[in-house]
Amino acid sequence: MHGISRRDLLRNLSVGVAGGSVLQLIPAEAAQMAHQVVQKEKATSLAGKYTPKYFTPHQYDTLALLCDSIIPKDENSGGAIEAGAPEFIDLLTSENEEYQLHLGGGMMWLDSFCADRYQSTFLEATPAERKEVLDLIAYSKNAKADPTLRQGVAFFARLRYMTCDGFYTSKIGIADLEYIGNTALAEFPGCPPFPTA
Amino acid sequence: MAQVKRSPKTYDVCIIGSGAGGGMAAKILTEGGLSVVMLEAGPQVYPQKDFKMLMWPYELPHRGAGVGGRASADFGEFLAPNGAWQIEGEPYVSAPGSNFQWFRSRIVGGRTNHWGRIALRFAPVDFRSNTRDGIGDDWPIRYEDLSPYYDKVEGYIGVFGTKENVPSAPDGVFLPPPKPRCSEILIKRACDKLNITCIPSRLAVLTKPVNGRAPCHYCGQCGRGCVTASNFSSSQVLLPPAIETGKLTLVTGAMAREILVGLDGKAVGVSYIDKSTKTEQRVSARVVVVAASACESARLLLNSKSKLFPDGLANSSGTVGRYLMDSVGSSGWGYVPEMEQMPPHNHDGTGGMHMYIPWWKYDRKNDFPRGYHIEMGGGRELPGVGMFDDVCDEFEGYGTELKRTCRKKYGTGIGFAGRGEMVPNPDTYCEIDPTIVDQFGIPVLKFHFKWTDYELRQAKDMQETFKSIIEAMGGQYQTKTPIDGPNAFGIEEGGKIIHEVGTARMGSDPKTSVLNGYCQAHDVKNLFVTDGAPLVTNPDKNPTLTIMALSWRASDYLLQQAKSGSI
Repeated sequence: MHGISRRDLLRNLSVGVAGGSVLQLIPAEAAQMAHQVVQKEKATSLAGKYTPKYFTPHQYDTLALLCDSIIPKDENSGGAIEAGAPEFIDLLTSENEEYQLHLGGGMMWLDSFCADRYQSTFLEATPAERKEVLDLIAYSKNAKADPTLRQGVAFFARLRYMTCDGFYTSKIGIADLEYIGNTALAEFPGCPPFPTA
Repeated sequence: MAQVKRSPKTYDVCIIGSGAGGGMAAKILTEGGLSVVMLEAGPQVYPQKDFKMLMWPYELPHRGAGVGGRASADFGEFLAPNGAWQIEGEPYVSAPGSNFQWFRSRIVGGRTNHWGRIALRFAPVDFRSNTRDGIGDDWPIRYEDLSPYYDKVEGYIGVFGTKENVPSAPDGVFLPPPKPRCSEILIKRACDKLNITCIPSRLAVLTKPVNGRAPCHYCGQCGRGCVTASNFSSSQVLLPPAIETGKLTLVTGAMAREILVGLDGKAVGVSYIDKSTKTEQRVSARVVVVAASACESARLLLNSKSKLFPDGLANSSGTVGRYLMDSVGSSGWGYVPEMEQMPPHNHDGTGGMHMYIPWWKYDRKNDFPRGYHIEMGGGRELPGVGMFDDVCDEFEGYGTELKRTCRKKYGTGIGFAGRGEMVPNPDTYCEIDPTIVDQFGIPVLKFHFKWTDYELRQAKDMQETFKSIIEAMGGQYQTKTPIDGPNAFGIEEGGKIIHEVGTARMGSDPKTSVLNGYCQAHDVKNLFVTDGAPLVTNPDKNPTLTIMALSWRASDYLLQQAKSGSI
């Protein structure tokens, strides 16, 4: 791709949500560029294991563990790792300075927090210790009670959005919700009968 | 300095812009036998390649969030290529205290590639606002003047709907509507309890074949662009017949800079920048039709200054850029537990609502003038980026509990968007910024925008109505809005609804208007404006259908004038 750099593309894709009937908007050139990036990603991902683009190997392992804690495997479906959520988050973070600050910095915060508390990183902490940390940073009411948790709660909230995004846009996540559609129909069937209470 | 290139040919008509207004003019004028050159600032659109119809989010590494997650709303990167709020190298400014968001489309077909396809007629009373309530101005034309053109447009583009006899929402020429979705059945039941009118919506989506276009296949993705052209777009429905006549020359990447006038004060052509070479080009034409979108058209007229027209072309009244209006927009949503009981089913339907709420309080005194309609959404939609943000916010936590909550809440949210009429006010207009130019050297627009109490009270009423409907459905309304500040009662910033109109309005008095009732400039007889700029009022009926009806009517008049030799 010549003519527009990746950086130009990022600028063109600035956020703005349209009201109601109109959705998010992408200039034609940027859409074209995104399409080509996608093709390249596809080609590389087929070649084998995903190589993190932004996070260090340690951070990426931490990210994967956090994603798996947020959306784990259960009796219904696989978890966030199987759904490719860590790859998705790493890819977006590599392209977005704000995410780098919030997620990259948040990951550092998490390890410092664990070092102070357990003299280990989050990854090396025991399952019980990790649960203790997650139970602290997964609820905003804890940050109200203890302001030193604010950064951790904000970090986890962002990661939770993105993990849900990664999971519920995957094949297994969509199947987990039992979504039916995205297909061509001759007739729209309308609403099935409402179950009588 | 590069030499200015002139095209050797003189066309009958030069149309600037290829969207709803320009596309319609191109079709009617070429079919009427005129030679037309059309200037479009953006590139060509290729549906097979550009539209992501029926793709799954996991087929893209960004899953619809776009590069850097910057498109993480709704279908994000799935949307048809169209335009943006900010375009690199093409700035605009807002005056201090104003925050106007200007959406611009740079592509063949303009915004019609992605629009919501909501196709509503203005009502008779909408053309006589001053007569009705003493506020604002009447139009120079009546509903009866436009009604035959609404018939023609609906018949040609294909609009579904039903005859309902609602005075605020005139019936049209309709294809049968699709069946309602579960969410819409529940909304209708609640509305019946509350005495709110709720009827099948009116969208430019085919439920039967029309002119060789296949009917809808109900994938719910109109915004992505439709490869089968089962919904309406200018690029797929208006331009092909114009091209077929052999009389249309389409020039892409052509950014109009100035309308040129001769010594007799008539337009003689258009000067434009060819984007690929960054050179100035000129095209000659006997008539110029401006349909570049309301504000872009105003900008072009204001930038077309000459000795004869020192304040800009067709601006002897000083009203070009004035009377700018957008729609009043406010939205809200709630959980409806009854939706949890629904078994999994295909909810997609057309790419928009199958039911809607037309303005229903026309028969009583309200604490604001004019009215609004309500659009609706929700249910078991194709999962996408951002879908569970609200669940995350409300329930927090993590693990199997969070996963269970997402599953339970999926498809149970029902949302509303109000779209109301803004009354023009003297603090809302656009003008040429005295210092800034874009990358093509063209002076840019500066916006002044203000909502008044009229619009704020309307937004307040919308919020109260949304809440009452959700509660009548046994649900919990989730949206909380401030009572003051720039987004009081959830009101969106000016421009955000992308219904900006009025900047070259029509009128019977050349002292207070730019155009006559046929979209013809009072000052320049061979100059027409056929986008949203001619609108005198901006009722709660999204403007696209009316833009096309006005453009068709103006084009018929232009043809007749051309035949009689008057222009």
